[in-house]
Amino acid sequence: MGIAEMGSRALGIVIIVLTVYGGSTSATPYVPVDDAVVLERLPEKSDPGLRELKRMRAVLAATPRNLDVAVSVARRAITASRATGDPRFLGQAQAALSPWWASPEAPPVVVLLRATIRQSQHDFDGALADLDRLLIANPRAAQARLTRATVLTVVGRFAEAQSDCRQLASVAPPLVVAGCLAPPTSLSGEAERAYAGLLQALERPGTDPGTIEWALTLAAEIAQRRGDAVAAERHFAAALALDPSDAYLKGAYADFLLDSNRSRDVLALVAGDIKNDALLLRLLLAEQRLPDQRDEFVAHRAEMAARFDAARRRGDSLHRREEARFRLAVEGDSRGALTLARDNWNVQREPADLRILVDAARAANDGPTLRLATDWIAKTRLEDKALVAAVAGSR
Amino acid sequence: MIRALMTIFALLLAGGADAHKPSDAYLTVERNGARLQGQWDIALRDLDNALGLDANGDGEITWRELKARHAVIDAYALGRLRIASAGETCPLTVSDHLVDSHTDGAYAVLKFIGTCPQPGPTLTIDYRLFRDIDPQHRGLLNFVESGESRSVVFSEETPLRVVGGDSGGPLVQFATYVHEGVWHIWLGFDHILFLLSLLLPAVLIRRDRKWQPGGSFRAAFIEVAKVVTAFTLAHSITLSLAALGVVSLPSRWVESAIALSVVLAALNNLFPAVANGRWIAAFAFGLLHGFGFAGALKDLGLPTGSLALSLAGFNIGVELGQLAIVALFLPLAYFLRATWGYRRLLLAGGSTAIAAVAAVWFAERAFDLPLFAALASVS
Repeated sequence: MGIAEMGSRALGIVIIVLTVYGGSTSATPYVPVDDAVVLERLPEKSDPGLRELKRMRAVLAATPRNLDVAVSVARRAITASRATGDPRFLGQAQAALSPWWASPEAPPVVVLLRATIRQSQHDFDGALADLDRLLIANPRAAQARLTRATVLTVVGRFAEAQSDCRQLASVAPPLVVAGCLAPPTSLSGEAERAYAGLLQALERPGTDPGTIEWALTLAAEIAQRRGDAVAAERHFAAALALDPSDAYLKGAYADFLLDSNRSRDVLALVAGDIKNDALLLRLLLAEQRLPDQRDEFVAHRAEMAARFDAARRRGDSLHRREEARFRLAVEGDSRGALTLARDNWNVQREPADLRILVDAARAANDGPTLRLATDWIAKTRLEDKALVAAVAGSR
Repeated sequence: MIRALMTIFALLLAGGADAHKPSDAYLTVERNGARLQGQWDIALRDLDNALGLDANGDGEITWRELKARHAVIDAYALGRLRIASAGETCPLTVSDHLVDSHTDGAYAVLKFIGTCPQPGPTLTIDYRLFRDIDPQHRGLLNFVESGESRSVVFSEETPLRVVGGDSGGPLVQFATYVHEGVWHIWLGFDHILFLLSLLLPAVLIRRDRKWQPGGSFRAAFIEVAKVVTAFTLAHSITLSLAALGVVSLPSRWVESAIALSVVLAALNNLFPAVANGRWIAAFAFGLLHGFGFAGALKDLGLPTGSLALSLAGFNIGVELGQLAIVALFLPLAYFLRATWGYRRLLLAGGSTAIAAVAAVWFAERAFDLPLFAALASVS
């Protein structure tokens, strides 16, 4: 270790940032006038599943080293974070696993959950390291194989993802294999084959609704990228019929509606989901285009800005893609959006990440970034009509 | 198998749809001399997770339910926040309870005050709220001093932060650390006694197994300069290495060894083993004393903005303090060197006293015996 490195390590112990304290989101603290006033409604109030999670956590608190209870709490908490979009549950999942979290001898079930939590926090390298370990020990671990394929797709390593999916064939049902293959295959020049494979697997009877909904969402996204709005609409509607509350699906459908200039349909879709940052953003983008939604737009814009501000204060970089869209479309700050979109692109390589990168680069007139996007499209033979048009329009 | 797979499918889809907010608490600490005042906003949801606020289990937290738990909340929160100045904890007490809302819901607001018994240029803050129930919790600190505010983030990986000391620009900060260095050597009797033990014979010459007055002032000056330079060089090396975290030794070990070095240096004047190579002893033991200085510097805390500058300032302060002692000692010792009083009273008597005091220190530090304290309580 060189002296300079030691010095910089010591310097890095504390990162102090000068901040201007104007953007605080809080009002003035107060003393409530009435004892009976309700200050907070806990999430379990309207959700029996969360009540059960809370009860399980109490059990775990009494026996924190009980692996079975810990794994059960972690699974429930991860599911809750998925269902509600509330990252506090991810923290609870991690806490449940804390006796094994940093251990090199963590049991495989913990390593898999740890990989899932790390992936949710966009620690893709950490997640991949965990999954590699699991798959070396047990190449037939279907769960780990599928999760790794997903992470590899998110970071743009499509060939490796496809290889993982093919190895699923002997241990998972055909629709799972097709759903695993569809994203990496459709993003590397074979959208038609991926789409056909997905539809073919969907024809087979006997798969559970959750998997069908997932496959339909993937089909809708591929159809949308290929410019087939009619098929995309059909798949989205079918998926929503199976699970009307799936936040990821709603976000994807809202983006499709926004691209199709159907802003009013977005209002109906996500008006009840403003706790979810990603869906609030879609609502805001729709309201921006509708003159009669002016007041709602103003209020939601302030709320969105406050949330990004709160995330930035804690040092989170999970929302860069959304924040880039917000800065570009709502705030008209193309430079700020470009910086966020570029930082995001260094971590995530999904079509949505490329889309905001191109949009921001066009607005900021940034040639090098546009070339980077063009090269990526050429290299991966990406089939995405809207994206290709956006890049072409810039030249 | 398939059921388990399905669960994970759902998880995979969640990737792009993060929302709500992870657990954060907002901490403001304002320092005014030795006095601290602050505010801590902690989410009711998190407090409910840790302590159970929802007494009637209806999924709602009322002001009455929160008020009933205020004492428990205070003890829980303040038990997980330690603010220290110059190694001494600054005790905190909650002065008021309020409520506020942030983007993700209602927060309990604790107003608190405190006083630091030992003011120093920096504050060391140890923040461990909720680390057992939510490792992703972060404490967002806003530290205010002299009208300037800085923000610092506490997380599971970085629960310990040093703030302050950066205010007033690099020059003021440098001066602060020079000042601390000077005071440290002046108040650190072990360093002074060690140095004096080595310097006392500098104006003398060992001849025929006896101490004789030395010749020229020049010769005495060179002898002193050799000892002081060697000591300085050695402790600067270890001070820097320890402050930068390259080397670290247990403080009990270091403090005991320093006491022992004082004993040996004083005994060497009575039963000389090393007569003319004292600078070598100064260098060897100086390495130890550097670790001692580093311990003191660690208690003060090094500000992050200008670590190197503060380290240099502290070191220069130590040298200046040391030079002041030498500047006072050398002319006086040179003037008195030929007297009986210097050789018998100061050299022999002084060295005996130093060795005795240091031996007690050694026993106290090495075996954790409160000897001086016991003596004080008897008298």
